[in-house]
Amino acid sequence: MKLIIAIIQPHRLEEVKEALYKEEVNLMTISEVLGHGRQKGVSEVYRGTEEGGDLLRKIRLEIAVNDTFVAPTINAILKGGRTGDVGDGKIFVVDLEQCYRIRTGEQGGEAIG
Amino acid sequence: MFYHIRHTCGAVVPGLVLIPLFSAASYAGDSSAATAAPYIDFGNTSWVLTCAALVMFMTVPALALFYGGLVKRKNVLSVLMQCFIILSVLSLQWVTFGYSLAFGPGKGPMAGVIGGFDWAFLRNIGASVSPYYISQSTARIPHLAFVIFQAMFAVITPALIIGAFAERIKFSGFLLFTVAWAFLVYDPIAHWVWSSDGWLFKLGVLDFAGGTVVHINAGIAALVTAFIIGKRKPVKASPPHNLPFTMIGASMLWFGWFGFNAGSALAADALAASAFVVTNTAAAMAGITWAALDWIFSKRPTLLGAATGAVAGLVAITPAAGFVDITGAIIIGLIVSIVCYIFVVVIKPRAGYDDSLDAFGVHGIGGIWGAIATGLLATPAVQSAYSGFFAGSHKQLWIQLLATGVTAAYSLVVTFCIFKLVDATIGMRVTEKEEAMGLDITQHKERAITIIE
Repeated sequence: MKLIIAIIQPHRLEEVKEALYKEEVNLMTISEVLGHGRQKGVSEVYRGTEEGGDLLRKIRLEIAVNDTFVAPTINAILKGGRTGDVGDGKIFVVDLEQCYRIRTGEQGGEAIG
Repeated sequence: MFYHIRHTCGAVVPGLVLIPLFSAASYAGDSSAATAAPYIDFGNTSWVLTCAALVMFMTVPALALFYGGLVKRKNVLSVLMQCFIILSVLSLQWVTFGYSLAFGPGKGPMAGVIGGFDWAFLRNIGASVSPYYISQSTARIPHLAFVIFQAMFAVITPALIIGAFAERIKFSGFLLFTVAWAFLVYDPIAHWVWSSDGWLFKLGVLDFAGGTVVHINAGIAALVTAFIIGKRKPVKASPPHNLPFTMIGASMLWFGWFGFNAGSALAADALAASAFVVTNTAAAMAGITWAALDWIFSKRPTLLGAATGAVAGLVAITPAAGFVDITGAIIIGLIVSIVCYIFVVVIKPRAGYDDSLDAFGVHGIGGIWGAIATGLLATPAVQSAYSGFFAGSHKQLWIQLLATGVTAAYSLVVTFCIFKLVDATIGMRVTEKEEAMGLDITQHKERAITIIE
């Protein structure tokens, strides 16, 4: 079991979701985050004063998958999320120790799907 | 009852400081424009000035919020800014040249087509009584009250078009387009329909408060711009980011529309009261109808549907407000929601253009229905001089259809040319990347909502 965490461009979310659905990955948690990598953000101006400029809006996807789904999930995110420009984001793959479904108490691989 | 006062008394004309010492000189300067009507009626003047303020309120914040709530969160400031800057830019355009071109006396064969520059910078107007009345010959309001009332119509009309190209327009292109559109489209059409020199006015077209000049005109321009600028980029349409904004905006539009329609009587009289009541009735009927259609076809009555319907009802009653009774208002409200619903829900998705906020679907279609409905439903019970088809005057319907067709055709052609010209020079659409990042940050370097303080 792996936990896949992807940071993507907000405007690529629809494409990433479409690509994931094609791989039958339907379970995900999405949150809005701020961050930046090597690129600079866009500065803002309020009454002549420049502010910010370091943080950009991003979307974080968290997807827990069984091992057979790891490669398709990553490929789907790569395909849907890529614009080719700086700032397209990153994918982190983390070992997942355990998973429970709260409704039934199921554990492990059964609880993920 | 009229309070007879000398028109040279500057105190009744807000914004114009006439020191009594100079009033003799001022009178000499104005005498050509004011020989016929030297009296000002206080009641009518206060009503028209109040209505001018009500119509101003319709652009900002009403329309701004109505539209602003419907766009994505990253574009809300761009819509608010476009509405706000239009108020500023068009206010200046109007007092410098716009009013003169729209309502000023024209020259020779051009008199029916466009006003001249005699009243540019509001020269030769001063404190005189307005010589131009749309429907009342006894209103006795200061000319300047009419100027500022009409200014707010000139402001809101191009603002309506914003709905068509929202979320992908380049701000600089939008500004140039708007100013050119005011000069080349709004001012001539206002002259045709409302100036006593205008050729459609002389033909006898009935447009009480701007169904043709404002709504059909802006609606057709919206359709043209939506077609040329192309669709927005996301795969799927995203939901409105803030429907409470939209509901507040729609309510404020309804409120301001009393100034728009009842104010167009240009007098605080029975006609104004009648226009007020039918305006409210049509909006109510149309709001209920749209909500009911949602309930039938989408299983739930929606707030956005009720708000959209009410606005469509207000659009449709606009040309008819001074000519129809309650029955007419109910029919207009009922049918406008059905027609606009079909257009927005059924036809638009199949037609392949992206009118982001349905500026054409509501204002264009609603305006066309309103203009035709005026020709059908005008009743001599409201103003004895005006009858529609069902009151026995078939001719009026043909005049209404002609005015609708001419306005739509002119707006279509000239809007197309302006858009193409601006697009070829400074550009009308933002880049794909800017569109993805949102217009707030790319066009204005601001954000509406922060995530982290």
